[in-house]
Amino acid sequence: MIEIRGLSKHYGPIAAVDEVDLDIGRGESVLLLGPNGAGKSTLLRMLAGLTRPTSGTLRVFGGSPAGSAGSAVRRRLGLLSHQTFLYDHLTAIENLEFCARLYGVEHPDQVARTALLDVQLEDRAPELVQGFSRGMQQRLAIARSTLHRPDLILFDEPHTGLDREAARRLSDSLLALRREGRTCVMTTHDFSSGLAVTDRIVVLASGRKVLDRPSTDLDAEALDRLFHEATRRPAAVLPA
Amino acid sequence: MTYLRAVALIAAKDLRTEMRSRDQIVTLLFFALLVLVVFNFAFDFTVIDFVTLGSGILWVAFIFSGVLALNRSFQIEREQGRLEGILLSPIDRSAFYLGKVVATVVFMSIVEILIVPLSAILFNHPIGSRLGLTVLVLILNTIGFAAVGTLFAAITSQTRRSEILLPLLLFPAAVPIALSAVKATTHILAGRPFDRFSSWIAMSAAYDVIFLAAAVLLFDYVLQD
Repeated sequence: MIEIRGLSKHYGPIAAVDEVDLDIGRGESVLLLGPNGAGKSTLLRMLAGLTRPTSGTLRVFGGSPAGSAGSAVRRRLGLLSHQTFLYDHLTAIENLEFCARLYGVEHPDQVARTALLDVQLEDRAPELVQGFSRGMQQRLAIARSTLHRPDLILFDEPHTGLDREAARRLSDSLLALRREGRTCVMTTHDFSSGLAVTDRIVVLASGRKVLDRPSTDLDAEALDRLFHEATRRPAAVLPA
Repeated sequence: MTYLRAVALIAAKDLRTEMRSRDQIVTLLFFALLVLVVFNFAFDFTVIDFVTLGSGILWVAFIFSGVLALNRSFQIEREQGRLEGILLSPIDRSAFYLGKVVATVVFMSIVEILIVPLSAILFNHPIGSRLGLTVLVLILNTIGFAAVGTLFAAITSQTRRSEILLPLLLFPAAVPIALSAVKATTHILAGRPFDRFSSWIAMSAAYDVIFLAAAVLLFDYVLQD
């Protein structure tokens, strides 16, 4: 499903991603970890077609996701980040209908209503998003990123800025997506939340892949230890 | 989704959000109105013929309010990563560009619809007899300005100083459209025959076609990093 060979992205002399090889199969759920500046978000952006690689090959569903030529690939992609992509001056239902139409979904009004039901925001459908709490906006963002039923969903630090209840709801949504057999790639600094919804760990450091192993036998503490060893950084400065 | 539907979807979204917030249109109108008032006080139009300065005053108001519209248009997309949300979708990226051009033309046209009659009253220079030609010149040059402006606004939107960079990059590229707009409007205000300024109108039309075509072809690369 995802095939990455020798993938690099350079910004001037700085290598944000450096010669990464990675294969992700259908239905896999991968947790992408690394310290700040390790290249996680750059890698996700390349997977989403938002950034062109400097060198190497990247194939998602057999094609490149970048540019207008990548539209068939992007139709099967969803991205959820700490930014919601929502318009404050549109209502919840208008935001979802707009997104459904962007993706050419049939019956966008019905699909948008169903998506609102899924995130339990159906009674807030006619309200402007600017009045929503951070947690409600993130639930709506989940609905937005999944209403076109993507085969691959990318999560870029989705827990950022959420309170405990909103983070729990988000984890429930991620588990539901995993049960549906969708392929997920997630970056996060929240190890325990990430572990609960993934089955494979990939650690990046200075743009390079330094660890790639199953996560089924790991708890948060063991992952923390592995992370320190792989990134060779003192525990005191690592994210909690 | 067809290409034209995607264009309409982007434009309709911009118009709907603006109808709700009214941030942009109020700012543009106040700015254009301020330009008219300042020039009205700065020059004694009982001595100076309005034909000499009128087209310049009008196009200063339209072009500078257009820059405000362009900056705001992409500022909205930068917040909450909305631009990325659109770029992630399967629509052709040039459809996004054309949707933005359509919305900018609509916003600038609203300003022009209100400012042109107001300037006729303020400077006591009726334009009713040449309304058709005035509308033609306004439409052609507004499209041209929005076409080149949207392209540069997209380029500068990815920088930290986009508000400063946009006019710096845009104005040199917009010189041909500003020149033909001012020249054609001057001829209309002076009541000269059409064949005296038809070449300026032809230049505006050519500029529109060239910049729209070039931007549609280039836009995919403009938004990649």
